[in-house]
Amino acid sequence: MLEQLRLEAKQRWQERTTHNQAVIYIGTASCGRAAGALETLQAIRETLQDLGKEACIIEVGCIGPCYLEPLMDIALPGMPRVSYANVTPAMARQILTACLTTGDLSPGKAAGHFGDESFTQTSGIQPFFDLPMLKPQLRIILQKCGIIDPEDFDAALATGAYQGLERAFTLGPEGIILEMQQAGLRGRGGAGFPTYRKWQAARAAAGKPKYVVCNADEGDPGAFMNRALLEGDPHAVVEGMLIGGYAIGAREGIVYMRAEYPLAVKRMRKAIGQTYASGLLGSNICNSGFDFDIRIQEGAGAFVCGEETALIASLEGLRGMPRPRPPYPTDRGYKGKPTLINNTESFGTVPAVLREGGEWFRQFGTASNPGTKTFSLVGKTRYTGLIEIPLGMTLRQVVEEIGGGTRLPFKAIQTGGPLGGCLPADRLDTPITYETMRELGSIMGSGGLIVMDESTCNVDMARYFVGFACSESCGNCTPCRVGTRILKDTLEKIVSGEGEPEDLEVMQRAAETMNNSSLCGLGQAASNPVISSLKYFRQEYEEHIHQKFCRSAVCTELFEFTILPERCTGCGACVKVCPATAIHGERKQAHTLDTTRCVKCNACVRVCPVHAIVGAPVGTQAGTTRQDKVVI
Amino acid sequence: MTVERLIQSSDEFWAAGFTGKLEELIPLLQYYQETHGYISPEGVEAIAGFLGISEARVYTVASFYAQFRFQKPGKNHVCVCLGTACHVQGGVDLANEIHEHLHIRNGETTPDGQFDFKEVACLGCCAQAAVVEVNGTIYAKMNRDKLRKVLKEHQHA
Repeated sequence: MLEQLRLEAKQRWQERTTHNQAVIYIGTASCGRAAGALETLQAIRETLQDLGKEACIIEVGCIGPCYLEPLMDIALPGMPRVSYANVTPAMARQILTACLTTGDLSPGKAAGHFGDESFTQTSGIQPFFDLPMLKPQLRIILQKCGIIDPEDFDAALATGAYQGLERAFTLGPEGIILEMQQAGLRGRGGAGFPTYRKWQAARAAAGKPKYVVCNADEGDPGAFMNRALLEGDPHAVVEGMLIGGYAIGAREGIVYMRAEYPLAVKRMRKAIGQTYASGLLGSNICNSGFDFDIRIQEGAGAFVCGEETALIASLEGLRGMPRPRPPYPTDRGYKGKPTLINNTESFGTVPAVLREGGEWFRQFGTASNPGTKTFSLVGKTRYTGLIEIPLGMTLRQVVEEIGGGTRLPFKAIQTGGPLGGCLPADRLDTPITYETMRELGSIMGSGGLIVMDESTCNVDMARYFVGFACSESCGNCTPCRVGTRILKDTLEKIVSGEGEPEDLEVMQRAAETMNNSSLCGLGQAASNPVISSLKYFRQEYEEHIHQKFCRSAVCTELFEFTILPERCTGCGACVKVCPATAIHGERKQAHTLDTTRCVKCNACVRVCPVHAIVGAPVGTQAGTTRQDKVVI
Repeated sequence: MTVERLIQSSDEFWAAGFTGKLEELIPLLQYYQETHGYISPEGVEAIAGFLGISEARVYTVASFYAQFRFQKPGKNHVCVCLGTACHVQGGVDLANEIHEHLHIRNGETTPDGQFDFKEVACLGCCAQAAVVEVNGTIYAKMNRDKLRKVLKEHQHA
């Protein structure tokens, strides 16, 4: 039955994409929209109308390199897709006009193409996946993100969706779990628990009905892997849930989605609707006798609901507070019934594992950490965005090759989001696996990677993460509720210049207590940012406390701006942006900064092309008082 | 709330597909906020009546989640992202700008009802940090100046 469906879908999708008219692809996931993709899309439509040309416009999901957004691809008849980056409406008009009227692909403006080697030679455009950010990556989960139209069921089917499900039906539940065991997939939510063991436990558990829950409550600030997957290839997640449901003998699946991701919710809802319409959801799916329903429940904005027992409480209409385990949700979960909870990415990986086989999946990554994992690479790297790499790749490769390094000297990388640790430059050669990250006092987490350079203050970052944990702590257990508060208050004291020498000891003790005695993962890990930064960046804490100095010029009370005369070229850019007229100087001469007027808004630092404006300890500069600043 | 009003609101919930099960509490609160703009005392009463639980129970849950507001929203909804990437790129500055410019803090509405303001943990557009969302549109790579301009546009619109 599926074969027939797929054949028709392939035909329709091919008609849509290889018609004898141009096809224009535009990335309109949330990140693309933020960068202005919808305005670009509008410009494309208008240009087509002005030119009187017909073309097929396809909206696609996020392909990864967010720094290139908005991305527009054009495929002329008989030619591969050519991608253009940072396309403003005006640029879109220009490129399209040239393309459609004269067939000129404007190679100078192109970011890359999706065709083969010969096209590189004839067109002079590099392959898209040879971009420095994309070359070291390996795309399994994100394979279709940004390539297909996520709202078109035909596109999904034509590119192999639900093949994994077909194979799953032939293998039977036991066979599926065996395949998962061979693949060695581990929980992508961050804990790294072998997925097959969870499935096994849920299958063996007594009690009916059983439930499958997809944890799409991606609450980590600084992480958007799940959003991109749900917006770019929602059918992968639906298929993964179907396979999981079939393997454990469940009848109902629930996707617990973050309400802050409206577009992801919309696309997922559409995908579920399409799956029902084609008979792949509902009763007696593909004549297998297997019934399965999926519904979406929107979360209501609580970070702790990413913890599985808290998530269940939230599904049941309660405050999202974790409870002690065991019993594990696989024994007693939603409504007291056996419940399989996996992360979105885990489910998104399942179809590929079933389609290609466990052995195939195991060839990527390392022996104990097989497969690929998506990460969101953000912060101060040159290239930012969504990446997918085989596990075991080093942090250095991620930062320097994929991220393209940092503009200012590299300082630290925070792995695992707000509950992870901050690792310094001399740990960059560590391979990324669940175990190595834990050994360093961090976690892999769901995959947030935040890169910091010398303009980021580690004490301030620790304060930020702890502040987040403090406001998101559910208040259920004392170590977390009180501990996060102690850490937050102490760090606030330190960044405002009132730190005392014993504060470090206080924090260390509170952090260790939380780590040992909190009820859930949030509380246990909430002190990671403090413990790790105390370990690797103790000197910075001591400078804040003893010398009252923030070398990164972030903690407002603890520095003054000064202009390094040997770097300043006197370009005057800072003078223009200063809201307090605190900067003076002749053109082409080194400028000076009046600290009594400076409001530390950072505007000048951002525009200075030579990084001449730096922080200095308060009161150490001479000659910048208002009296001697006579403006002529 | 009169019995008539209670019946009326219950009918509305029925019509929207709710069946009165306890686990529908959060979706009900979301539905109410979407249709009425915020969770008013009457809303709490209506939901409690519909589910057959106490108002305290409804408040307990509603106050736990960041999504629910208990104040009437303004005409324009401003959300400042304070996720990690936005924090690094100056998200706090933007929140301060709102405070200095509109004189409101997280969860409040301006007295003239023009703007309401919320801080959120992450909008998932980290590579475009710092971001601000106004009425569902996300503005990328913001700073104080750009934010002031955006606010001005919406004030006059």
